[in-house]
Amino acid sequence: MKEELFVSGRNIPNIDPYLNIWHWQIPLYLFLGGLAAGILFFAGFYVVRGKEKQMQATVKWAPIIAPIALVLGLFALFLDLKHKLFFWQLYTTVRLESPMSWGAWTLMIISPLSFIWVASYMKELVPGWNWKFNFLERFEAWVIKNREYFAWAMMIYAIILGVYTGILLSAFNARPLWNTSILGPLFLVSGFSTGLATIIWISKDEKERKKLSRIDLILIVIELFLIVHLFMGFKAGSQTAIEAANLFLGGPFTVSFWVFVVILGLIFPAVLEVLELRGFHVPKWLPPVMILVGGLMFRFIMVEAGQITRYLY
Amino acid sequence: MRYAMAIDTKKCVGCGDCVVACQTENNVPHGYCRDWIVESVDGTYPSLSLEFRSERCNHCDNAPCVRCCPTGASHIEEGGIVAVTHDKCIGCGACIQSCPYDARYSHPEGYVDKCTFCLHRVQKGQSPACVDVCPTRCLHFGNLDDPNSDVSLAIKDRKWKVLAPEAGTKPQLYFLT
Repeated sequence: MKEELFVSGRNIPNIDPYLNIWHWQIPLYLFLGGLAAGILFFAGFYVVRGKEKQMQATVKWAPIIAPIALVLGLFALFLDLKHKLFFWQLYTTVRLESPMSWGAWTLMIISPLSFIWVASYMKELVPGWNWKFNFLERFEAWVIKNREYFAWAMMIYAIILGVYTGILLSAFNARPLWNTSILGPLFLVSGFSTGLATIIWISKDEKERKKLSRIDLILIVIELFLIVHLFMGFKAGSQTAIEAANLFLGGPFTVSFWVFVVILGLIFPAVLEVLELRGFHVPKWLPPVMILVGGLMFRFIMVEAGQITRYLY
Repeated sequence: MRYAMAIDTKKCVGCGDCVVACQTENNVPHGYCRDWIVESVDGTYPSLSLEFRSERCNHCDNAPCVRCCPTGASHIEEGGIVAVTHDKCIGCGACIQSCPYDARYSHPEGYVDKCTFCLHRVQKGQSPACVDVCPTRCLHFGNLDDPNSDVSLAIKDRKWKVLAPEAGTKPQLYFLT
């Protein structure tokens, strides 16, 4: 048996007895970032595929949420900073080794893109809209002419943003729960799924909803597959990884993770979506709300639990 | 040049002088510390073994805190000392998450703070405050590249270990066992 004690009375706020330096702001931001990434990806995707007419909600209406989510997410990030007045230092340098640095730059690109995207549809969304200034009208015409290029850029940056929400955590070698490369794809797929859920929720077109539900089902299956692999990897790993997995397999996060994230946030809405596709009547808001709440819970749990895991010496 | 520290766990009695010396020397805010002492008890009664470790930042050769810093506030000073430029730090907490030794903390003023090996003293040719004050002389500081430095001589003929070598950080605190 081994027992280790701080005998010099170390009790640093937010670090002892276990690390808790990131609070609600980070998981909320990861959720909003993934959500925006999902919405923007599919908006770009259906424009590139030339299906603007059939996918009205995906291409025109849902993207209104993306810039709002990104701004709220950035604000949450700002609240998390403890030396707030120096936040601009993020944009004085590019540090390729730091995921947070290239995440900040990605946001710097995709946020304006999302605003421009929504603005280019303003005339269709709000009848009678005009931009008042001539140069804005000219800019709009230029964007509409080159919309497909914007769509491609948005898809690429949406994937980077989605992966980044996972890599932000997985780059921390010191936190064994996060330090797995599966987190990148897992957060990407989960973010896309929450984005799709939002579109399904607001779409009024039966055909569009069915099409998106089918894609969402595939994403949910991939997500479940990645979660299984995450835990297989941990259980086959070192002692630090095994202890990380044990937080979810009998430890304090078991119920919240398996019940609220996996069953109520993934399996149950997937079953409801299948029933809906088969023609059963399911309340329209129910599967999307469950997916969104599940996705939010997932990020809160991962951020909270990851900080507890550590090297043992 | 490569600054490093050797801690003789056989000599350390866990008095905590190094902790107080550091807090005084570096104006560490109340309730915080840049170094600390771990008492490690191993085995079952009656065959117990006891080890005291005076711990601090490991000034790693492959420092994850420097790599993950988005602004470059965390950086490597002369001799491999890991330091933070306060006015560049945004307080995002990434470096705190990245440290396997929990050696960093968020200063009440917002920036991240940590052990500097007393860089301001070392530059004047003095030893870090914790080393100078240690009553059992169990802390040895110096340049690893110099075979006659205090730290090189201390680890030369003794068995030593570093903490969590599997973290891949190449830590530069050598615990003599």
